Amino acid sequence: MAILTAPIQALAAVWSMVVGLRVTVTNFFRPQETIHYPRQEVPPSHLDSFRGHIELVGADEDPAKARCIGCGLCAELCPSFCLKVVAEELPVDSAVCYPSQAGTDLLMPTPKFRAAPPSQTQPRKLLSYHLVYHTCSLCGLCVQNCPAGSLRFSHDVYLAGASRGRFEFDLMERLRGQAARGGAKGGKAHA
Amino acid sequence: MSWPAADPCQGLEGDLYARVFAEGARDDTLILNMGPQHPSTHGVLRVLLEMDGEYVLRAEPVLGYIHRMHEHMAQNRAYVQFFPNMGRVDYLHALAWNWAWAGAVERLAGLEVPRRAEYIRVICTELNRINSHLLWWGAYLLDLGAVTPIMYAFEDRELVMDMLQLITGSRLTYSSFRFGGVLTDIDIEFVSRCRSFLARMPERLEMYRDLVTGNAILRGRLEGVGVIDQMTARRYGATGPVLRGSGVPYDVRRAEPYGLYHEFDYAVPVRHEGDCMARYMVRMDELEASLSIVAQALDGLPEGHHIHPDAPRGKWRPPAGEVYFAVEGARGKIGVYVASDGTEIPYRVKLRSPSFSNLSLFAEIGQGTLLSDAVAILGSLDLVIPEIDR
Ligand code: SF4
Ligand code: SF4
Repeated sequence: MAILTAPIQALAAVWSMVVGLRVTVTNFFRPQETIHYPRQEVPPSHLDSFRGHIELVGADEDPAKARCIGCGLCAELCPSFCLKVVAEELPVDSAVCYPSQAGTDLLMPTPKFRAAPPSQTQPRKLLSYHLVYHTCSLCGLCVQNCPAGSLRFSHDVYLAGASRGRFEFDLMERLRGQAARGGAKGGKAHA
Repeated sequence: MSWPAADPCQGLEGDLYARVFAEGARDDTLILNMGPQHPSTHGVLRVLLEMDGEYVLRAEPVLGYIHRMHEHMAQNRAYVQFFPNMGRVDYLHALAWNWAWAGAVERLAGLEVPRRAEYIRVICTELNRINSHLLWWGAYLLDLGAVTPIMYAFEDRELVMDMLQLITGSRLTYSSFRFGGVLTDIDIEFVSRCRSFLARMPERLEMYRDLVTGNAILRGRLEGVGVIDQMTARRYGATGPVLRGSGVPYDVRRAEPYGLYHEFDYAVPVRHEGDCMARYMVRMDELEASLSIVAQALDGLPEGHHIHPDAPRGKWRPPAGEVYFAVEGARGKIGVYVASDGTEIPYRVKLRSPSFSNLSLFAEIGQGTLLSDAVAILGSLDLVIPEIDR
């Protein structure tokens, strides 16, 4: 019997490779799975849940104006210190209408336990909102905790640039630009 | 002005580690740097070898390229702010680290997690484990010289990443668990994608088997190579597939149950040979085990909240105390120790990462092997470098 073992083993080894080659050859004739960027792009439906850099959500009545109430919670929670919110405190008696959370079409469902605005009594006016995207870790803490539902992730998957400045955003200006193009109201974000 | 007579750097030429390592080396041997350039060390790890011809006489892993920043960062940030770091400790099984951090703090503060959230955690973490093992499979075979398998692995990985992107928003360094639950709920699209993935995988695993597992060349390179006996594995604190490949059926999901793992029925894959092939087979079996867990979790997915309605928000203060929490990552036991003094920021955090203990084995089992076997052994340990260096 021993004399037969070696040839049988050799045959089994060759057979194992034939089986493997068969897999390779069959796959050779299957259609490609990859997307040839830039000739092709990822279909937008695949980007619905994609977390790009954050952006401001426009108010219902004026898409060029952010829902943000300038509370500064996002900047305080950001682990990477990449947000800079400047807001001006208004006199307490000036009429401020807090945006309602209902109808916020965020990518993430609005959690019921969302933090109350840090100061309900102190009305503020948002002056500027800057994001330094190159240090953002996309953790989502700002989006999750914004009491006004004023933040969401953009779907800008092809963001690229040769200088650091390309990744520093004035989000208020960006929102105004989006509103001018008619694309920033509620719903889906557009890059 | 006169220059110092002796060059202060005299006698310090070359590389410190190599010099220290070369002390006591035999004259007729060669000191060889394996990595950081060698592809099988994936960039950051470097192993110093003393070679006698093709044989490894001594091996010494050199760590310290990334430094222990994670633990230190935890001590500088509020509890919830440390979440994004977890995805960077082990970028291949980020959700297990997410879970380890969430679980530790939940245990510390006695937070409750809704059943639905627990199920979602199980589903995501197991999918992530599949992803990690698939990448290991492809990369390992690439180390061994087979180029195509990684393409097939990536085809399947892509599907898992698409699914995880639906719930977590990202494709690799996930940060989607929160204290008391998970960030987003799963929807019908996720479930249907997941089911079609589960239906597809058995055929793919069959193909993997045909393609390489049965291959005579692979078996020749893995069988009987890098044998770790049970005692050695235990001595070094090896966990995960490395330990289970040496015949110890230790799995944190079974041994120290967390989450709702006790509700799922699956066998802990174990092999007794202790060689590279055994570790390979354990991971292949784990792919099947994870698929079965995901299927069971999808079937039994309860209704409810995906995060506890009273979950803590923002910078919150857990009670003072100490806690240890462990989960089973793709590479082994992930442990998180937190000491809290009742402030917003942890007083001390210590992370126990499996790759560190698993790599430490190499100095012992690498001895006396061929250089090509050293590549096979290192790969079979499935190292993720930031985890070693964290
Ligand atoms: S948390 Fe929301 S409302 Fe508060 S400053 Fe940030 S974006 Fe504005
Ligand atoms: S996603 Fe995280 S890191 Fe990025 S801006 Fe928001 S809080 Fe900061």
